[in-house]
Amino acid sequence: MITERLANPELAELEVGGVTRASFLVRGAVAAAAVYGTAAAAPFVSSALGATSDVDILNFALTLEYLETDFYQVKAKTVGLTGLAAHDVANFGVEEAAHVAALTAAIKQSGGTPVPKPTFVFPVSSSSSFLKLAYTVENLGVSAYNGAGPLLQSKALLAAAGTIVQIEARHAAAIGLLIGESPTPSGGFDTPKNMSQVLAAAGPLIKK
Amino acid sequence: MPTNLEAQEDEHVPQTRGIVEELVRDDVGRKKFLKAVGTAGAASFGAFVLAACGSSSTTTTTKTKAAAPTTTTAAASVPASFGAGDIGILNYALTLEYLEKQFYAAVIAKKLFTGAVGSLVAEFGQQESEHVAALHATVLKLGGTPAAEPTGKFPITTAAAVAKLAYTVENLGAAAYLGQAAHISNPTVLAAALSIHTVEARHAATLATLVPGGHVTPTGAFANPADAATVLAAVKPFIA
Repeated sequence: MITERLANPELAELEVGGVTRASFLVRGAVAAAAVYGTAAAAPFVSSALGATSDVDILNFALTLEYLETDFYQVKAKTVGLTGLAAHDVANFGVEEAAHVAALTAAIKQSGGTPVPKPTFVFPVSSSSSFLKLAYTVENLGVSAYNGAGPLLQSKALLAAAGTIVQIEARHAAAIGLLIGESPTPSGGFDTPKNMSQVLAAAGPLIKK
Repeated sequence: MPTNLEAQEDEHVPQTRGIVEELVRDDVGRKKFLKAVGTAGAASFGAFVLAACGSSSTTTTTKTKAAAPTTTTAAASVPASFGAGDIGILNYALTLEYLEKQFYAAVIAKKLFTGAVGSLVAEFGQQESEHVAALHATVLKLGGTPAAEPTGKFPITTAAAVAKLAYTVENLGAAAYLGQAAHISNPTVLAAALSIHTVEARHAATLATLVPGGHVTPTGAFANPADAATVLAAVKPFIA
């Protein structure tokens, strides 16, 4: 079960190196992982992330949006979604793709290079497990944007990120309702996550 | 006059650093959005952002003059009656949250919803109360005076009408927070506002499922911000 994997800190830590190698930021962490092993890279990642540039943050967001787009537009076709779930997922896929396009353009406009789209692995095969993972992923997306928002130096990019995170929150709530989970899983205040926490949680879904 | 370098060392000074200045306008479609992103040079990203950037709609370069560190932002994003800077924004949000809290309390008192929907409504009302408490405490912590609680008046009639009003109110609340995000100076206050913003969005999306013609994402892939003038005009009929 993916939720078990996400809850497994040892696995998450192992995946940090792979994620970083594959597509994410923090070049130094790669070197640290190579020399000292991936476990040693984890703390390096979190300290290095403290000095992340806006382009790095946008690339971080882009990777999550790639993940969501792939999940909704490719994986979704294999799990037999029907009715409202199929309707929502189709809409959400289009919206995530728009986020990918917007972030890609914003990175280029900022003088950066968009990260390539990684290969993802989604360990789900039924509509119910798909929706459960969708709920996890959307809530993770909200936490990621909320955690990264205050790190953005550009207020214009902060406002742009805000227009996206609100959509992720709406997706999360709608999927929660579909599967009988709370639309507000952390109560009155959404819990932000820092980038290393997000990397650790998303790691098992990123193959390369 | 501070130099750009000085401004960069001050985390509270809004600035643009070779960024896309024309991005999301909620009233434009995705294609227009993307076209805007692809446009070389800076243009308006939305009045709310420009104010924060100390820029202007006629700016055509990506360089923005740094605001003087002591003045924080070029223009107040909420009426002066709420206070200055972050305190003003917090008091504006507090006023909106008071109204939401009272609205849910009135709905709950009328017992219009039962079962799972009733539970959600009760939960959302509780969360609005928590927002009130958090914002009130934050204003005090920053040395400000919390805004007085307004007296709301809401048309609590049928379940269908109330659900529609709640959907409207929550969408407005989400847009209000989004409209202020770029104006907040203190990173901790910003983090708190962001954590509330997405909860308002979750409420709106939930209520969308109760309203005929309601949409989880009524503006598509990108949410619309609303400025204080728009929001305050919209809530005026609900203040006694």
